[in-house]
Amino acid sequence: MNQYVRLSWESIKHRKVRSWLTMLGIFVGIASIVALISLGQGMSNVVNEQFEMMGVDKIMIMPGQNLQSMGLAGEVLSEDDVEFIEKIKGVKLVAPMLYKTVRLKYKDQMEFGFVIGLPTDESMDIIMSMGNFNIENGRKLEKKDKNKAMVGCRHTNGDLFDKKVRIGDKIYAEDQGYTVVGSMECIGSKPDDGQIYIPLDSARDLLNEQTKIDAMYVQVKDGFNPSEVAETIKKKMRKDRDLEKGEENFNIQTSEQLMESFGVILGVVQAVLIGIAAISLLVGGIGIMNIMYTSVLERTKEIGVMKAVGARNKDIMMIFLIESGMMGLGGGAIGVVIGIAIGKFIESIAAKTGYVFLKITFDPGLIIGALAFSFVVGALSGLLPARRAAKLKPVDALRY
Amino acid sequence: MNKNIIRLDSVWKIYKMDEVEVPALRGLDLTVKKGEFLAVLGPSGSGKSTALNMIGSLDTPTKGKIYLDGINISTLNESDLAQLRGRKVGFIFQVFNLIPSLDAVGNVALPMVFQGVSRESRIKRAKNLLIKLGLGHRLTHKPSQLSGGERQRVAIARSLANDPEVILADEPTGNLDSKSGLEVMEILKNLHKKENKTVILVTHDQKLVRYSQRICYLMDGKIIKTRRM
Repeated sequence: MNQYVRLSWESIKHRKVRSWLTMLGIFVGIASIVALISLGQGMSNVVNEQFEMMGVDKIMIMPGQNLQSMGLAGEVLSEDDVEFIEKIKGVKLVAPMLYKTVRLKYKDQMEFGFVIGLPTDESMDIIMSMGNFNIENGRKLEKKDKNKAMVGCRHTNGDLFDKKVRIGDKIYAEDQGYTVVGSMECIGSKPDDGQIYIPLDSARDLLNEQTKIDAMYVQVKDGFNPSEVAETIKKKMRKDRDLEKGEENFNIQTSEQLMESFGVILGVVQAVLIGIAAISLLVGGIGIMNIMYTSVLERTKEIGVMKAVGARNKDIMMIFLIESGMMGLGGGAIGVVIGIAIGKFIESIAAKTGYVFLKITFDPGLIIGALAFSFVVGALSGLLPARRAAKLKPVDALRY
Repeated sequence: MNKNIIRLDSVWKIYKMDEVEVPALRGLDLTVKKGEFLAVLGPSGSGKSTALNMIGSLDTPTKGKIYLDGINISTLNESDLAQLRGRKVGFIFQVFNLIPSLDAVGNVALPMVFQGVSRESRIKRAKNLLIKLGLGHRLTHKPSQLSGGERQRVAIARSLANDPEVILADEPTGNLDSKSGLEVMEILKNLHKKENKTVILVTHDQKLVRYSQRICYLMDGKIIKTRRM
C-alpha cells in the first residue's frame, strides 16, 4: 500500500500543472457547496434560535388581511380590541404596540428612525422576547417613566449618529426630548438596530394617536393550546366586528405558524443554494473526470512499462486509484478551506453592513461528506480509464 | 546445466487488420539454453520483435506453445503471468521506456515493488545496480536529466532488479550514439559472461552479432538460418 502511495505521489508531483488543474475542477465545486450550505445552515440556525427565544405560547395580531398588508389599507386595531381580547378565555397578557418612522435628532444631527411605543407593565416582556430585544446597558423602561427611551445598538455604537449616544443623554424625536435610560444589544438588521423605544403613553402623545394599536402580542395562559386560543380570538373578533369568515380585516398568527412559514421560506432558500452548489459540484466532477481520463490514457505507455516489469492489473489499478483519489481528496480539502473562507468572508461583510442573521454554521458531517465525495469522484474518474488501459495486452499498451 | 530455459513450439502470430490477416510469425520453433547469448537478426517486419514479446509474455501467440523455464505460459492467468514476467525476465527496449516521474533509483526499484520487496532492500539494491553500471552520480536524476546512454544503463539496471535469468533486449543500441551503444553491448556481454544470464538480443545491426554465441536469421516470421559463432 505504502509503495503505491509513493508512486502515486511522485506522479502527482511530476505533473504539477495538470495535477493543479485537476484539483481546480473539484475544489471550485466543493468550495461552493461548503460555503453555500454553511450559509443556509447558519441562517436557519439563527432563525430557529430566535423562534426558540420567542416561545411557542405567543400569538401575534396585526391589522390587515395578511402579514404583508400591515394595516396599510386603513384597517386598525384599537385599545378596545386590547380590552376585548384580554377578556377571552386562555389569554394571559396582551401587549399592544405603536410604531412609526420619525425624525430622530441627537446633538444637532438628524436621522430617520423607527419609534416604538411599548407598554411599561409586565406585558412589555412579551414584545421584548418576540422582537429579540435585549438590554445591553442601563435598564428597561418602567411604569413611572415618561419621556424616557431605550435605544438600539446603532445609536450607542456610533453607526447612526456621528457621536455615540450614552445613557443619560437626551435624544429627540420630532422635537420631543427623551432621556436615554437603556441601550439594546444588536439584533442584526439595520432598521431594527436604529429604533428607539419609548413608553406607549409617550408614543401616543408624540404621534397624536390616542387609541390606535399597530400590533399586539398575546401570551397564552399555561395549559391552553395557543392555536385554539388564536382560533377563539379570531372567531370572537369576527363576531365583534360583524365580519364573515374569510373577510377578516385583521390577522392572527401563533408563533408556531410564524415559525412554519419562515421554515418554508428557509427551506426554499436552502434548496436553491444546494441546487446551485450541486450544479457546480457536477461541473467540477465532470471536469475532473475529463482531465483524469485524458491524462490516464496519455500514460497508457507507462502502464505498459509497469506491466512489462511485472505489475499486475490490480497493482496498476491501485496506483491510479490512489493517485486520482489523492488528487480528488486534495482538491476537496482545498475546496473545504476555501469554502469556509468564503463563508467567513460573507459573514464578516454581512456583519459590517448590519445583517447579523447571516451566520455560518460548519457541519462536520458536511465537511466529511464533501471530502468523501471528492475522493470518490477523483478515484472513480481515474479508475475507469486506468482499468481500460490495464486490460490492454502489455505489448499494445507499450505501443500506445 | 545446459537445460532449455525458453522453448517456442510452432508459434504463430496473426494480426487482423480489418479483413486482412497478416501473419507476423509463421510456426516459429526456437529453443534457448540457459546462459546462452542469442542474437535474432532480421530486417524490419521479419517478426523478430513480435517473437521477443512472445518470449517475454508481453503478447500472446495465436497458435502454438511457449515455455518459460518449463512453464507453459499460455496456461497462466494475467496476475501469475505478470509475476512470472517480473521475476524471470528483464526487458531492455530501444526507447528505454523509463517512467518519467521517477528518478533513476525509483525506476530501477520499480520491478521490485511488484514482487513485494521491502522499501529498504529495494532502494539498496537499486543503488548498488546503478553504481555497478557507473551511474553512482546519477541516482536521483529523472530520466529527462539523463543522456541516452545513461538512460539505457538505467533501463539495464532496471532489467536486473529482480535478478532474472533472462534478459530480453530489443534493439538496445538503436537510439544511441556508437560510443554509448558500444558501452551497452559491453554490459550485455558481461552480464552473459560473468553473471551467466541468458541474453536474447534482437537487432538488425550486423555489427552487434559478434557478441553472441548463436545467431538466428528471421525472415517473414520464420527462422531461415542459424549460425554458431
